[in-house]
Formats: sequence, structure tokens, C-alpha cells
Amino acid sequence: MKLILFLTIIIALSSSTLTLALHYCPRMLKFIFFTLLGISGLGAIWAGLSVLITQQNINYQISSGFPSLALQFALDPLSGFFLAIVGIIVISVACYGPSYVRSYEKQRPITLMSFFTGLFVSGMYLVLLAHDVFNFMLAWELMSVSSYFLVAYHHEQAANRRAALLYLLMAQASGLLILFAFSILIKFAGSMSFDVLHAVQLSPTWASMAFFLAFFGFGMKAGIVPLHVWLPQAHPVAPSHISALMSGVMLKVAIYGFIRFAFGLLPHVYWQWGSIVLFIGVASALLGVLYALMQHDLKKLLAYHSVENIGIIFIGLGLALIFTSTGHPVLAALGLIAALYHCLNHAIFKSLLFLGAGAILQHSHEHDLEHMGGLIKRMPYTAWCFLIGCISISALPPFNGFVSEWLIFQDAFQAVTLKSEVMRTLIPVAAALLALTSALAAACFVKVYGVIFLGQARTRHVRRAHDPRFGMRLALGFLAILCIFFGVVPTFTISLLNVIPQQLIGAQLPNAHNWLWLIPITTKTSSYNALLVMAGILSIGLIGYWLVRACFGRIKLRQVKPWDCGFGGINARMQYSATAFAMPLRRVFKSAWLIREKIEKIGSDTNYLLQINDWIWQYIYLPLERYSFALARSFAQLQGGNIRVYLAYAFVTLILLLWVIA
Amino acid sequence: MWLVAIAQTLLFVIAAPLLAGVVKWVKCQLQNREAPPIWQSYLNLNKLFRKEVLLATTTSQLFRVAPYIIFSITIFICAVVPLLIINTPTTAIADVIVIVGLFALARFFLTLAGMDTGTAFGGMGSSREMLISAIAEPALLMVFFAVAMTAMSTNLAMIINQLALHHLWLQPSLIFAALGFILVALAETGRIPVDNPATHLELTMIHEAMILEYSGRYLAFIEWAAQIKFMLYAILFINLFFPWGIASDFSWFSIGLSILTLMFKLLLLVIILGIAEISLAKLRLFRVPYLLNLAFILGLLAVLIHIIIEVG
Repeated sequence: MKLILFLTIIIALSSSTLTLALHYCPRMLKFIFFTLLGISGLGAIWAGLSVLITQQNINYQISSGFPSLALQFALDPLSGFFLAIVGIIVISVACYGPSYVRSYEKQRPITLMSFFTGLFVSGMYLVLLAHDVFNFMLAWELMSVSSYFLVAYHHEQAANRRAALLYLLMAQASGLLILFAFSILIKFAGSMSFDVLHAVQLSPTWASMAFFLAFFGFGMKAGIVPLHVWLPQAHPVAPSHISALMSGVMLKVAIYGFIRFAFGLLPHVYWQWGSIVLFIGVASALLGVLYALMQHDLKKLLAYHSVENIGIIFIGLGLALIFTSTGHPVLAALGLIAALYHCLNHAIFKSLLFLGAGAILQHSHEHDLEHMGGLIKRMPYTAWCFLIGCISISALPPFNGFVSEWLIFQDAFQAVTLKSEVMRTLIPVAAALLALTSALAAACFVKVYGVIFLGQARTRHVRRAHDPRFGMRLALGFLAILCIFFGVVPTFTISLLNVIPQQLIGAQLPNAHNWLWLIPITTKTSSYNALLVMAGILSIGLIGYWLVRACFGRIKLRQVKPWDCGFGGINARMQYSATAFAMPLRRVFKSAWLIREKIEKIGSDTNYLLQINDWIWQYIYLPLERYSFALARSFAQLQGGNIRVYLAYAFVTLILLLWVIA
Repeated sequence: MWLVAIAQTLLFVIAAPLLAGVVKWVKCQLQNREAPPIWQSYLNLNKLFRKEVLLATTTSQLFRVAPYIIFSITIFICAVVPLLIINTPTTAIADVIVIVGLFALARFFLTLAGMDTGTAFGGMGSSREMLISAIAEPALLMVFFAVAMTAMSTNLAMIINQLALHHLWLQPSLIFAALGFILVALAETGRIPVDNPATHLELTMIHEAMILEYSGRYLAFIEWAAQIKFMLYAILFINLFFPWGIASDFSWFSIGLSILTLMFKLLLLVIILGIAEISLAKLRLFRVPYLLNLAFILGLLAVLIHIIIEVG
């Protein structure tokens, strides 16, 4: 086991360093790089699954050369689960990559992209395995910085550089917050090892400070509202397989960090923390989906949906925190398992959607929904895989997104057992808002799917699109099958996950070992059998088809033009566009955005202008940017450009420091 | 037991067009018009199943698969909703939240089929349908939460059992929940203040706009599914809020009693619906969200009343 783990890391790291050596041999480079990446993904799944099944933790130490600072690694069920998630997505990216990067190879060698992708993936593996703060922060920064270079891959355009800079800034800020959170624990525990930190005793004030620093630190990386602004800017800019890795997996690594910190390291949790996490989770879910509804750039839209899903995960975690602190460990375990399962599901369907988006962008050269249309006839394979992704992300049964949301609903429903009346009323409201979120997500994906794939093609490029090559099809098919698998037989995974709350909270789901029926608490409260739902719907459909065929004969079809009200000349521009589709919702929820709508008459032409902005960006981030530039300018006056002045500064600083220390 | 469940589902599917016919008949009587026979819906379905399908050239495979998917999902929901007998084994497959999800899945395919026609009508219908469902779904869930809390279970059979055995129908939370449910059901089944099933007036229609391009056999499946959906909401309303007489065992006597009481209750419901439909006007589209917000607030009030008064 240790060997496999060790090899996984070494292979991932070597995949990145080998690319530098193979720079002059681009064909070899591509295949060796993606093969090694795929092997490392397999190793990660193997290691993760085996620790979940055997439940034996693995510990490993490397002395770093510094006294009292050994680099500690450990693999326990929690990190094993996340390692398996990373592995699944890395494998599909490795299948997808070779065909996808062809279009990039035409511009320039992909050495740097491969180098940083390898580093990025190894960084994520190392974060999950790190068992002391030093190691964790090192791996965290490796992950953040290498992904910065991937976001900045198309650095020729100024807008992309800006997006990458924003990403780097926010990644660094989040790293800093996490470091502060850890340093509070280190101060009281006197060691950096997670084993020692675990037993730390903290006063409620310090514990709360550490908790919120960690929550906002990890949350910034995960993309909670109002710290989500980097997601919709960074994801569309990166190559699609990188977006899949970032949105599908890197956000999950941040969630892992939060779970490790809140449930694994902090000795005690308070219900107030839980209610704030729940509130922010609901806000992220709702605002994420509302912003997504107004988008018509495909990858930006998907990025906003990541905000939504991260919100859903935090709703589960918030419930887990509330139930842990009020002494309902089984319900807390249910919340935690729901959140973990949603991490897995979101990783799968969001990667599927991003990879599908990559295929669409590559073959239609369009990223704006308003220019697509009718792609189901040109790219049928991609279209059906994408449909499965859309159903899953809209949380519709019997696909995977529904299972985790159903578990969250079940957990929220149990809020009646709480003593506090405020919580008892607020949690059902949170559940209703979650229902609103998933209904809006369904509306959004009807829009996405309808405008991209259905109807008639809106531009010429789109008419020439075709299905991608085998490797990309393989990755899409693999993820689509996983969406169905984790939706239809959720019980296998959930019974494996049961060990994680056992270790973190000390309780597990009582009826999780039933392989067919998903029973969160007891059979009396609720049960769900996704396999029978799937089988029932399919068999009723088939029986209906055969019965009607037997009674009334084969279907007679005649191709005709669609109904044009007798005026004739129906064309692609008369279809409903994405903006038109979302218009009724824009009108109903208009206070969620900053909307500027203008009708201009220039001569005989009439122009309609519609601008929809994120008010958080307009009212918080832009003023922040202005003030920080003003501050920087006032500091810039210190720089005279004269070396003697600089020497004087250095001298004064030295004196001051000596005075302070002495 | 499983056979009884399947028989009950078949009854559901077969009776649904009859119920639609009765509604039409009642409305005609109230408006002093000559009514078509109440089995007219069967004749219509028979005609549509035999007819040739005119398929728009803009549509894709999805358009042809969607009617089967919608039809089978709707029938599947019938299998998990108790009609005459509470404790069929199929009710454990899906609880109320899954039922809400299954309705949403059927709607997902219906709206996609609307978008697939590539005309303005389909998109318009889909867009409006998603607006209404987005607001109706949380309201429906709140109502279901309120009734589920009285039984401490989201399983439909357990809820009805609890309500039927303990005669809880005078609980204030249930009254609010019932009012909320009525509003949601009107919106979801496309009845009068929200949508008018009888017109093809392009500016007002929702459901009819989506299915405008369907014809022949496909239209038959969609129409039948819509009739079943209407009956499902009627049965859910009756069995959740007025469950008297529903059979809790499998004896012939109790099943017979259950059939009689159910027929009586359905007739009463249809008459009330008919009176409401002929005396109300259709709401403007952007008024509908207010109606559904009211439903959401009623559901929320039901939950709050239950939590604050009835539990504490």
C-alpha cells in the first residue's frame, strides 16, 4: 500500500519533470505525460479505495533535515475518499487530454502546460496526504501557484492576465488565512503535526477565531459567496481539461481542508458556527444559480454552478456542525455523508460538463450560447453525455446529484428534533431555499441544453461541428456512466463512506449496509430505491412502447416544416435565445442582479442593450481595488529611485528591528 | 401485494382520462353547454394513437424519445402514490421528495422537447413552464414538509397512515398546508388561474405552447401523461388531507369502501374545481409568481405552526 502511494506521487511528479526533458519531442511528450498522469490517477483511486475498505490508516515520515521538523504523511479514510475523487477525474482528464491538446499544439509546444498540470495534480495529492502544517501549506501553495500558470496559459490577451492575477491574489489571500488559522492551533499545541494539534485545548474565543479564519480561507478557495468572484473569471480562461480539474477537484480539496480542520482538528464545535456555515451555504447556492441563469458564456455559467454546488456542500456541512454541537451524532453523520457524497457527485458531473464544454468549444469555435444551437444533430455522442450531466447537476432522480440533495433534505427534515426553536424553523427554510436552488438549476440547464444542442444552428461554425475523437469520447462516456452508477446504486459508496463520520464524529448511519435500499435513519422515516426507480421507468417506457405498437401498429412518420403561423420563412433567429429564456426569471428575481437595460434609437435602427452585473463585484471588489491602488500609490512616493535613500531605509529598519527585539 | 400495487397503478392510468372527461362534463353543465360524453377522452386518445405523426424537420431524436420518457415517469409516480390502499410495498421506493423530483424530471424532458422544435412557441412555453415550476417546487416541498412533520416521516404511506388513523385533519398546520397545496396543484397541472388547458391563444398558453409541434401518437402519450398528472395531484390532495375511508388492509370490503368513498370525494373535488374554473379569470403571467409565493408562505406557516404550537 505504501509503495502504491509512494509510486502515485512519484509518477505524478515525474510526469511533470519528464515533460521538460521531452520538450523537443512533442509527440512523445504528449503520450508519455498523459499516460503517466493516468497511471497516477489509477494509483490514487487504488490507494484511496483500499484505505476506505480496510480502514487502516497509513503513516509515513521523511526527515526534512531540519531538527524537529519531519515531513509527515498520512492516509486515512477521509483523505482516501478525496484521493479517490481526484484519481477518477485525473484518469478521465488523461483520456481526454491527448486529443484535446491537439488544437493547442498548433500554436506552441505544450511543454509548459503539461509541466504545470503535473505539478498541480501532485500538489493536490500532497495536500490530501499531508499530516503536518508545514507539509500541508507547502503542498497547498504548490497547488495554487501551479494552477495560476495554467489559468494564465493564454496570457497573450490582457483580460486573461487580469483573471489569472485575480485568481493568484485570492489564492494567496486564502493561503494566508489558512496559515493564520493553523498558527492559532500551533501556538496552543506547540507542534505542527496533525496528531498533536488534534488534542489541542482552546478557549471558545480562540477556537472561533481559528474556525472562521479556516472557513473563510478554505471557503475562498472553494468559492463561497462573497469570495466567489475569481471562479467565473478564472475557469473560462483556462483550457477546458484544466477547468475540469480546477472546478471538479481543486474546489473539493479546499472542502477537504475545511472538513479536516473543523471536524478533525478542532476539539469542539459550536452550533453558532454551524448556523453561519449553513447561512453562507444557502446564500452561495442561491446566488450561484441566479448568476448562472443570467450567463450566456458556457464556461462562466458552469463556473457559477460550481459556486452553487459548493454552497450545497456547505449546507450539508453546516447541518453536520449544528447536529454535532447539539448532541445528535447520527444526524451529524448524515449531514457529513451527504456533503461528502455531493463532493463526489459534483466532481463527476461538473468535470463531465466542463469536458463536454471543451469538446463543444473546440469543434464549434463558439463559447457564447447565443451562437450555438442544433448541435445534437452534429455531435450526438457529446449531446447525450452532456444531457446526463445536465440531469445530474439539476438534482433530478434517479441520477447522482439527486441522491446527495435528497440526503441533505432528509437531514434538514430531522431538524424537528432540535431543542432550539430558532434552528427548528430556520433549517426547514434553508431546505426550501435548497429546493428553489435545484429548481432554478433545472431551469438553467434546460436553457443550456436547449440553446446549445436543440433547435436550429445559429451560426455557420456550428453547422460544421462534429463529434470529438475517441479519447475525448471515452472520457465523456466514462463520466456519464459514473453519473448513472452513483445515482442508481448509491448504497455501496455510502456504506463505504460510513467510516468517515465514525472517525470524525464518533457515529455512523445505522442502516447504511443495506445494498439496495438507501435508508438514512430508519425505514419508517424514509427510504429511496434508485435502482427500482430507474428499472421501473425504463420498463414502463418499454412496455408502453410495445403495447401501443402491438395495438395500433408501427408508428407512421412524415417530415414537415414546423408551424410558422402561416407566414412562412421561419429561421434560426426566431428561436428563443438564452437571454429570452431567462427573461421571466430575471424579472421575478430582479433584485439579485444589477441590471441595466436600455433601448436606443439611432436613425432607423433600434438597439437594445442589456447589462447584468454581479453586485458583489461592483460594490465590494471594485471599490476595494480602487482603494488598494490609491494606498499603493501613496506608498510609492517612498520610492525615490535613489540608492542612498534606499540604504537609509534599510539602516533605519535594521535599527528599529534591533530595538524591538532587544 | 406487489400484484395489488400493479393493479392499483393500472387503475390509476386507466381512470385518468375518465376523470378529465368528468371535469369537462361538469364545466359544460355549469356553463349550460352541451357536454361531450365523459368517455370522450378515450376516443380522442384512440384517434391520436392511430394517426400519422407529423414531425417537424427541426426536431431531433430527443423530441421522439421524450413522450415515452414523460409517460413512463408519470406512470411510475402512480405506482408509488397510494390510491385505494395505503400500505402497498411500492410506496417505500420513493418518498415525497423523490416524487417532487420525478415530476421535475418529467418536466425537464417536456421543456427540452419544447426547445427542440426550434420555434418561438416551444421556447416560450418552456421558459414560462420553468418560471412557474421554479417557484412552485419550493412551495410544494414546504407543504410536504408540513404534512411529513406530523408523521415524522417523508414516506407517503406513513404520512397517510398517521393522518388517517389519528384523524388529524383539524390541525391548523394541515389547513394551511392544504390551502398551499391547492395553489401549487393548480399551477402544476396548468388549471385556470395559471394556465388555460382549453385554449390555443398564443400569448397566454404555457403547456400547449410546449407541445404545439406534437401530433399523433406522441401527442397521445403527452396528453395521457397530463391527464394522469392531473389525477395524481387530485389523489394526493384527497389522500393527504381527507384520507377517510382509504383501505389499510387488503380485504375486499375495505377496498370496496375505499373505491366508493374515493369516487364520491373525487366527484366533489371536480365540482368545486369546475365552479372555481368558470368563475375565475386567468392571471397575467407575471402575477402567477405572487400566487405561488402565497403558496410558499402558506406552506411555511404550516411548518412554523407545527413546530411552534403542535410540537412544543
